[in-house]
Amino acid sequence: MTMTQEKQPITTNSAVPFPSTAIAADAARDDAGIAKEDAAWTDRPEPAAGPAPITVETPSPEPQDTAEPAAGRTPKMRADRVSVFYGDKQALKDVSIEVHDDRVTAFIGPSGCGKSTFLRCLNRMNDTIAGARVAGQIELDGHDINAPDMDVVQLRARVGMVFQKPNPFPKSIYENVAYGPRIHGLAQGKSELDGIVEKSLRRAGLWDEVKDRLQESGTALSGGQQQRLCIARAIAVDPEVILMDEPCSALDPIATAKIEELIHELRGRYAIAIVTHNMQQAARVSQRTAFFHLGELIEYNRTSDIFTNPREQRTQDYITGRYG
Amino acid sequence: MATQGHTLKAFDEDLDRLRALISEMGGLAEHAIGEAMRCLVDRDVDGAHRVIEDDKKLDALEIETEKRVVQLIALRAPMAGDLRDVVAALKISGVVERIGDYAKNISKRVAVLEDAGKIEPLSLLPEMARIASQMVHEVLNAFVNRDAEAALRVCERDKAVDDFYDSIFRTLLTHMMEDTHSIRHATHLLFVAKNLERVGDHATNIAEMVYYAATGRHMGERVKGADSVAA
Repeated sequence: MTMTQEKQPITTNSAVPFPSTAIAADAARDDAGIAKEDAAWTDRPEPAAGPAPITVETPSPEPQDTAEPAAGRTPKMRADRVSVFYGDKQALKDVSIEVHDDRVTAFIGPSGCGKSTFLRCLNRMNDTIAGARVAGQIELDGHDINAPDMDVVQLRARVGMVFQKPNPFPKSIYENVAYGPRIHGLAQGKSELDGIVEKSLRRAGLWDEVKDRLQESGTALSGGQQQRLCIARAIAVDPEVILMDEPCSALDPIATAKIEELIHELRGRYAIAIVTHNMQQAARVSQRTAFFHLGELIEYNRTSDIFTNPREQRTQDYITGRYG
Repeated sequence: MATQGHTLKAFDEDLDRLRALISEMGGLAEHAIGEAMRCLVDRDVDGAHRVIEDDKKLDALEIETEKRVVQLIALRAPMAGDLRDVVAALKISGVVERIGDYAKNISKRVAVLEDAGKIEPLSLLPEMARIASQMVHEVLNAFVNRDAEAALRVCERDKAVDDFYDSIFRTLLTHMMEDTHSIRHATHLLFVAKNLERVGDHATNIAEMVYYAATGRHMGERVKGADSVAA
C-alpha cells in the first residue's frame, strides 16, 4: 500500500454534494486511521538497542478522536440515501455508504435488517423483483448505475455476485466458468479460455478437485464445491466489484477457510462487499463493517472498532449476542 | 452498560463466574494486606506465616482465571464490551496476584522486625495500608460493576498513598541518620512502605484496565501525584 494513494482528497465530493456528511466524515477519518494503522505495521522502526528510555511517550490519539482533514480515495461504489420499497413496505431507509476497492466491506445484522436488500441494490438485482422500488443514488466510479445509459448486463459483469445458495448452470463445470468470458468476449481462443477457466477455478480453491472432470455437470458437485464454482464463475469475467451474499453458509469449515483466504487474495484487486450472519467471519475477512437494523444503517466503521468498541448500543447488543 | 443478558444464558454465567473469581482474588489480597499489617504491628510471627502460606490460594485462583478466560474466548468468542471485560479479567488477575505477593513480602519481614524497638513510622504504616487496601477493594468493585467513574476515583486516591510513602521515607531517613543501629529495622520498614506504595500503583493500573473495559477508551494521561523521587 502506498501512502500517496491514501492521501488523495476525495475529488468527487466537490463535484457531487454528498448529503450524509456524518458517515462521509466518519469514513474519511477511518481511511486516515487505516492508513495510519497500515503505516504503523510497515514503517514501525526497530526498537533501538541499549537501555530503554525513561521518558514516557505520549500515546498517539485514537483515530476516531482526531479531527483530521478528510483524506481518502474515491470510493469504488457510493450509495447515497438509498431507500428500497417492496410495495408499501420500506425495506431500507436512507442508507449511505462507500465501498472501496482494496477493502472488504461486511454487512451484518439480524434477518430482515435490509443488508441483503442493500447488497442487491449495488448491481441492480432488485430490478428483477416485481414491486421493488429503489430510491436514492448509487454510483460506480462516480457514475449513476441507475442512469438510462447504464447497460445493466455490463453493470452486472463489472459488479459480480455470489449468492447464498449455490446456483451453477445445469451445464459442465467448464461451461459454468467459460460462459461469462465467452459472451463478454474476454478470450481470443480456446487456449486462452482454458487459461481463464483454470485460473478462476484455482482462485476459487476448486481446481485440484475438478481438473480431471471439467466436462461433468456443475450440479453434480457437492454444495461447497458448487459455491466455489459460482465464485470461479464470478471471477472469470474479471469484475471490479464482487458482492457476496452469505457465500459460506453452505460450506464446511475447510471450504469456508478457503473462501475467506480467497477473499483476502482478491481484496487487492476488487472491491468486495459481503453479507454474512457469521460475525466471526465478518471480523475475519473485512476491514469495514456496516451494521444494519430494521432497514437502517446503524453503524459503519472499521471492523476492528466495530468488534472491540462499537459506538452504538444496538451494535454492541447485536455483536455480543444480546439482541434476540 | 449492558442493557440485557445474552441470548445464550450460559455466556452470562461464564462472565459472572469470571467476575466472581476476580472478586474472590481481591478479597484474599485485601485480607492478606490487612493481616500482614496486623502481624507487623502485633509482632505476630505465626500469623505472618499463615499469610505467606495463604498466598498459594491467590496463585491458584490466578491460574484458574487464566484457564477460564482462555476457555471463554475459545468457546464463546466474546465481542466488544464482553471481550474487553474478559481481557481485563485476565490482566487484573495477574495484578491482584502480584498484590498478594507484596502482602507476602511484608509478612516475611515480620520475623525480622519482631525485636525492633519503637520506630515512629510504624504508626503511619497501618493507615497507609488501609488506604491502599481500600483502593484494591474499590477498584475490583468498579470492575464487577463496570463503573468507570469509580475507577477514576480510585486513581485519585493514589496520591494519598504516594504522600504517605514520601513522608515515611523522610522520617525513616532521619531515624537512620540519628541512630545507625536503627538502619536494619528502618530499611525493612522502608520496604514495607514501598510495597504498600506499589499496591496503590497496581490498584491504579487496575483502575485503568477497568476504565478501558467499561468505556472502550483509555484513561489517557492522568494527572499523577508527582512521582516520588525519594526512592
